[in-house]
Amino acid sequence: MSKKIVHYINQFFAGVGGEEKADIKPEVREGVIGPGMALNTALKGEAEIVATIICGDSYFNENLEEAKATILEMVKKYNPDLFIAGPAFNAGRYGVACGTIATAVKEELNIPAITGMYIENPGADMFKKSLYIIETGNSAAAMRTAVPAMAKLAIKMMKGEEIGSPAEDNYIPRGIRRNYFADERGSKRAVNMLMKKLKGEEYVTEYPMPDFDRVEPNPAVKDITKANIALVTSGGIVPKHNPDRIESSSASKYGKYDIANFADLTEADHETAHGGYDPVYANIDPDRVLPVDVLRDLEKEGAIGKLHRYFYTTVGNGTSVANSKAFAAEFAKELKADGVDAVILTST
Amino acid sequence: MVKEIERAGIPVVHICTVVPISLTVGANRIVPAVAIPHPLGNPALDANEEKNLRRKIVLKSLKALTAEVEGQTVFED
Repeated sequence: MSKKIVHYINQFFAGVGGEEKADIKPEVREGVIGPGMALNTALKGEAEIVATIICGDSYFNENLEEAKATILEMVKKYNPDLFIAGPAFNAGRYGVACGTIATAVKEELNIPAITGMYIENPGADMFKKSLYIIETGNSAAAMRTAVPAMAKLAIKMMKGEEIGSPAEDNYIPRGIRRNYFADERGSKRAVNMLMKKLKGEEYVTEYPMPDFDRVEPNPAVKDITKANIALVTSGGIVPKHNPDRIESSSASKYGKYDIANFADLTEADHETAHGGYDPVYANIDPDRVLPVDVLRDLEKEGAIGKLHRYFYTTVGNGTSVANSKAFAAEFAKELKADGVDAVILTST
Repeated sequence: MVKEIERAGIPVVHICTVVPISLTVGANRIVPAVAIPHPLGNPALDANEEKNLRRKIVLKSLKALTAEVEGQTVFED
């Protein structure tokens, strides 16, 4: 008898709908749906997806505990041999959902679980230590390579075979070191590596340094009633019709817009360019993402010194870490030069 | 973005719905928001109540900016 797998996917991959359906509660369906079909084929009869659990990305992230508890109950009923979540590619909320639920299945139900995502997905950093996360490309176009890698690892785990190194089995390094017998001793390997480096040849380190990119908090604002406060957002608020055409996902630019003449953002003058959440609420009242109305009031009341004349904005949806870093490094210099004392950054 | 602003020497508060993501990214001052599509609003409320809710979150973020913190801090209430 072939082994049983339960598969977790979001509303989008289930074909239920896009962002307008991101708030659906968990539901379970018998059999395979969406990417599960390709997974089933790649499992080559060694295992079969018996049920698919679908949950909206926003619902999961806004109701973590409830969603987790409900889904664990659903999984338990099928008593599967393995649990697969995603792949989530570079979808942030989906990645967090996949990592959270796969970790819970593994730790609370004692059922092996795997997922797949792009290295920059925030879920990858959060869960790579607790899970095998197959490293995928950054969009669903990479499904073709993600599915065979996930199926291969799934079969190995169900058969109790030894899992190879991250490079052999295509998962994101978990920071686990394992002893092995090398052909040459350490000193020789180190010198070989050094020689290659000196010659400008490619070499592979045996111990990559962890990348702890932390920035110490700045001292607090001394007198907020005199402070010049700027607004920044990754929620994609832009003047109506998005004059600079900031992309709805994987943004290649940011915008800087003058709000000197606005006491309130409205449907008539601003909107969101973001393609990663249901835009209805932000389009009706952009203050829901960029609170210009409240800050204007506080400015008038003297609770803050002033609201900075310009706000900076981009779309955080699938935008690379490198781009976001470059955008902010550039405009932070401007903010500093313009005498901004503090920033409120909002994210959706 | 939040880290680069901090690196430039400007104190910054991150208002966001999915706090674990903000922690992973490395924000130091974090204020939880309402919901992903409307972090500073709630369409179920009437306009006045909604603006009050938004004001509360903004005031909380101003409080966060005036608080000395050591490392990552989530301002819950």
